[in-house]
Amino acid sequence: MKFRELALTFLSWAAFLIVIFGVGGLIIFLMYRGISAINLKLFFGDTPAFDAIFALKPVWNGIWPAVAGTLSLLLLTMTIVLIPGISCGVYLACFASERERDFIGESVDILAGIPSIVMGLFGLELVIILRRFFLPDATTCLFLSSLCLAILVLPTLITATRSSIEALPSQLKLTAEALGMSKSDTVRHLLIPSAGSGILGGIILTMGRTMEDTAVIMLTGAVANAGLPRGLGSKFEALPFKIYYTSAQYTSSDELMQGFGTALLLLFLSWILILAAKIFQKRLMLKWQIN
Amino acid sequence: MLRFSALLISAILGTVIAFIIISGIEAFIKGSGLSLFGDVWNPNAGRFGILMMIQCSVLLAVSSLFTGWFLSLGCCCILNGLAPKFIANLLMGILTLMTAIPTVVYGFAAVFLLVPLIRDALGGTGFCWLTASMILSLQGIPTMTFIMNSAVRSLSSETKITATALGMTPIQHLSRVVLPLSSKAMISAAILGLGRAIGDALLPTMLAGNAIRFAKFPLDSMRTLTAHISLVLSSDIGGGEHFSLLLSGALLLTFCAVISFISRRFGRKINL
Repeated sequence: MKFRELALTFLSWAAFLIVIFGVGGLIIFLMYRGISAINLKLFFGDTPAFDAIFALKPVWNGIWPAVAGTLSLLLLTMTIVLIPGISCGVYLACFASERERDFIGESVDILAGIPSIVMGLFGLELVIILRRFFLPDATTCLFLSSLCLAILVLPTLITATRSSIEALPSQLKLTAEALGMSKSDTVRHLLIPSAGSGILGGIILTMGRTMEDTAVIMLTGAVANAGLPRGLGSKFEALPFKIYYTSAQYTSSDELMQGFGTALLLLFLSWILILAAKIFQKRLMLKWQIN
Repeated sequence: MLRFSALLISAILGTVIAFIIISGIEAFIKGSGLSLFGDVWNPNAGRFGILMMIQCSVLLAVSSLFTGWFLSLGCCCILNGLAPKFIANLLMGILTLMTAIPTVVYGFAAVFLLVPLIRDALGGTGFCWLTASMILSLQGIPTMTFIMNSAVRSLSSETKITATALGMTPIQHLSRVVLPLSSKAMISAAILGLGRAIGDALLPTMLAGNAIRFAKFPLDSMRTLTAHISLVLSSDIGGGEHFSLLLSGALLLTFCAVISFISRRFGRKINL
């Protein structure tokens, strides 16, 4: 074996081991410390679960408010992003002219490259401007966070939708055309349903990105102690922010345990989402025998 | 309707960019007495220079890109025939799971595992350039590996039969034929990885220590532009700190937009 082959073999195995041990070490450490913290008490503290879920009693030392905050953030963001994201993806895949595809594709790429902290800064500045000129009592809140998150995850949804439709075999389009279907009928009744599970996978992927992002929400309204979110204009707690906050500001070993439990919970949720997304995307591939 | 929502994307992008850039320029003009690009950070003296943050951002991004890129290259070779099938499958599974690990979880685990290790082994506080760079490079591996992998896989299957017929072993095939052919994908992975590394806010904030100074050694504490934005409280709106924040945002945005632009031009060349 010459030097180059030897070096490459060495590099590859070293990389393999570093990745396995690096990530494996971090994850196993997290599980070792956090698995015992995942129980009902982590969520609801000393409040009975039933009362906590229906907001009959406040939860003082559990992460239920953060869970509720993340859920409402997720719901709101997906509501904002779903229609523009999917229709933009469909338009790019089916209708756009060469020049539009170039231009809009470029915009999507640049938008995807904007760091999330800059998007958070955008939200913060938006509020400052609003406060100075229009609404003196505007403040960072749940709605603002959802809006900025929606802009942040928009490219993910567009790209996933577009590539699911573009991955469909071209015979499908040709057959529809040969049968005399109009372009809009083809898209609505044939292409979108055919790419359905891929688009669903894209939606789940987008949910994952929304859930894990921390940099945006910490500038646009997430706080450490807000209780349950009370409305669009209120401050809120969220799981990733809770983790970030605990790592810097924990005061007791109980809080630290709670941090480990929360981190592990977020990790599991993210993994469930990505596995679901992969399964749906795989189903699309199998259905149309795309490799 | 569809067309409208598609054009909406460009409008949103335009708004965000214009907004950030204009605030950045405004901050630069209004704060001209504060030497915003200077190398002194002393709020009491009214000096809010962000040169140190720029230096730290560049150092951290380049160092973690360097290690991350080589590790990704290694992973890519493992995936493409350098290792037995089951090892490749195992690595693929792990990389897929890695794409879903939230950055904040990486940060949290590293604060309580890696930071004490570094502190005990090498001294200092443990919150330093080295720690942040290690985790940042780990975090960037899946994206870069997948970009490299898609190019390498298609090139490899195209040339496999010819190479085998010429008597090349799989490793020779990979190192002499496929990798040289896929150099453009390698560069575009690096460009994209650089954008990711410089834009990440959580890991530098949680792991790098956040001291405002020029970092010279791996154990030095540092504060990047992104960490600067996430740390400064916005209580003094219109003050020097706020201006420095806006300027940092504008710089980051410009940098990342340029990177996307370059990698798109580059990507088009690969396809041809």
